[in-house]
Amino acid sequence: MLDNWLYIGLFIIAAILIPAVAVILPRWVAPRKPNAIKQETYECGMETVGDAWVQFKVQYYIFALVFLIFDIETVFLFPWAVAYDKLPMFAVMEGVIFIAILLAGLMYAWRKGALEWA
Amino acid sequence: MGDPINLISQWFNDLLLGWGLGEKLVAVLSLFVGAAILVTASLLTVVVLIWVERKIAGRLQDRIGPNRAGPFGLLQPIADIIKIFTKEITTPDGADKVAFNIAPVLAMASVLLIWAVIPMAATVVGSDINVGVLYIVAVGSLGIVAILMAGWSSNNKFALLGAFRAVAQMVSYEVPMVLTLLIPVLLARSMGINDIVQAQSTWFIVIAPLAGLIFLITSMAEVGRAPFDLIEAESEIVAGFHVEYSGMAFGMFYVSEFLHVWTIGALIATLFLGGWRGPGAETWPILGLFYFYIKTFVGYFLITWIRLSLPRVRIDQLLSFNWKFLTPLTLVILVVTAIVDKALSMAGAARWLYVLVMLAANVLVGWGTMLVLKTVEPNRPGRVRQEFPPRPVAVAPEAADN
Amino acid sequence: MSGLEIIFLVVAAVTLSAAFMVVTTPNLVHGALWLVLTLFGVAATFVLLNAAFLAVVQVVVYIGAIAILMIFAIMLTRKVMQDSGPQTNANWIVAALLGLVLFVGIAQLLRKSSAVGMMMPAMDGAADPVVQLGEVLVSPNAYVLPFEVASVLLLAAMIGAIVVAWKK
Repeated sequence: MLDNWLYIGLFIIAAILIPAVAVILPRWVAPRKPNAIKQETYECGMETVGDAWVQFKVQYYIFALVFLIFDIETVFLFPWAVAYDKLPMFAVMEGVIFIAILLAGLMYAWRKGALEWA
Repeated sequence: MGDPINLISQWFNDLLLGWGLGEKLVAVLSLFVGAAILVTASLLTVVVLIWVERKIAGRLQDRIGPNRAGPFGLLQPIADIIKIFTKEITTPDGADKVAFNIAPVLAMASVLLIWAVIPMAATVVGSDINVGVLYIVAVGSLGIVAILMAGWSSNNKFALLGAFRAVAQMVSYEVPMVLTLLIPVLLARSMGINDIVQAQSTWFIVIAPLAGLIFLITSMAEVGRAPFDLIEAESEIVAGFHVEYSGMAFGMFYVSEFLHVWTIGALIATLFLGGWRGPGAETWPILGLFYFYIKTFVGYFLITWIRLSLPRVRIDQLLSFNWKFLTPLTLVILVVTAIVDKALSMAGAARWLYVLVMLAANVLVGWGTMLVLKTVEPNRPGRVRQEFPPRPVAVAPEAADN
Repeated sequence: MSGLEIIFLVVAAVTLSAAFMVVTTPNLVHGALWLVLTLFGVAATFVLLNAAFLAVVQVVVYIGAIAILMIFAIMLTRKVMQDSGPQTNANWIVAALLGLVLFVGIAQLLRKSSAVGMMMPAMDGAADPVVQLGEVLVSPNAYVLPFEVASVLLLAAMIGAIVVAWKK
């Protein structure tokens, strides 16, 4: 078991190292002539107005919240699905009730208009 | 014979042992070399893929595609690589330098890491962990962090807006994606990717076609390819979170997107098309590798085809489609699959009957969905279709005067 | 020292120093990014404990959802490119002392508890731990009630969040 994770750990190192080399290598190969105009942040060719922060819609936050709750609930369902062979019918129904409660939450968010992008 | 990959790794092991290195060290070293080779091979695949995609795009749009550099333009990606390596990497004023430079590497790594668990042949199984499916989801969430880092550290309005959009889209589509992933897990009774492949004596696309379809759609949205390319909508937010990146730093985002599409092809192949399975794949593992690549290419081609055929959706359509259609549908499919599966295995149904009933259940749910969709009035508020009177294409000069 | 111990020490050191950065960095977004590293370190610790399921759940839920939510919250509420000033005020020494006292107190209490240092019974090695988890989650003799209550709790959380955040 841990051997498999050792492979993943080594894979993480390789997967970070090799792209890092690809990004660092151009420092020697590519030209490097920074100047004030080149360094300006891009804004369709105009001079940048104000700073990068703009007021964001609160919807982004709501979607992230709904996602968080769904994410946690789904994580609970994974062991249920894995142990499926050993579950009697009523245990299956418990999972179904769990999903139904999830669906109820979705319906509530829907009815409340939290899923609208307006 | 028939299994050259393990043959080579065995030879490598023996070579290192012959140098007098410790047994444990050799094991770790050869694992690391294996990982590094897989990473490099995945990156090199992208080089070919870029050419393939441009050729496909060309043909579908009635062009030839790259054809100057080398025969059939085959050397085009090489030329691209040389160019991108010799381009200056700029860092905009006011950017957060550290986060700005880590983000592209992290984005690339998050895609590469998926390959650690994908079995490519009977004997080349990668890392056979018992939580493989959730591992794939977990690694994907690192990509979300990378996008937020890139968008925030650029100190650019478009980048930040693009990152916000991207993250909203990715987290939204992750809900039905994770839920559909439950279906292969349920059918195989395991989260291990290798177990899922082993369980597919009948491909899961036959037993759970709707799950396969939803997985295809949601993972396209995860990558942000057309019709879901709001992440980098050129006409609205220029290029989204990677506006400020140039040279190889941009290249990393670009390559990671291509590799992500290819990876999704691999996931579709593994989870729904039977992975490396095929006639003779067990006795000749190299044949399994071949099947795996063919199936991966099928998934890849499908995504590319859809990308080149459909226009971009609006953000409200995108989110409504996810939350009001895909998510409820996935929940229904999940419940139906779970109950039918349990009922059939309790009744001790034969395999062919099981497959047939599962398929029928999927068809029924699909048909029911169509019926429900038809009852939704096309003109309810928020969905008003504006009627335009027919307008003549060419107007005679005198008619245009009044 | 075995290889596993060395890996554990490295992981623990990275996790702790990242956690330290979370509370000291003057930039809130940096704090959130350090938090991501901390949570990743905790996931790695779970892997070392052979609790693979908890490790991936840690990444999926904490990094993939909660950290993202935090970054969203930070970016929604304030200008994000500037430093938001020092995280500490003049009272930080007192707070640190208090924290230390609490830590020592809890550690002392735990030391006296008989559960500490007791070997846990080994899990049934033959069965997949995830299968066992799935079984007890929906078994009426074990955790079926908490399992269903958890889903109701999450439903309540969602309703609450929508009511609070969604004013129209």
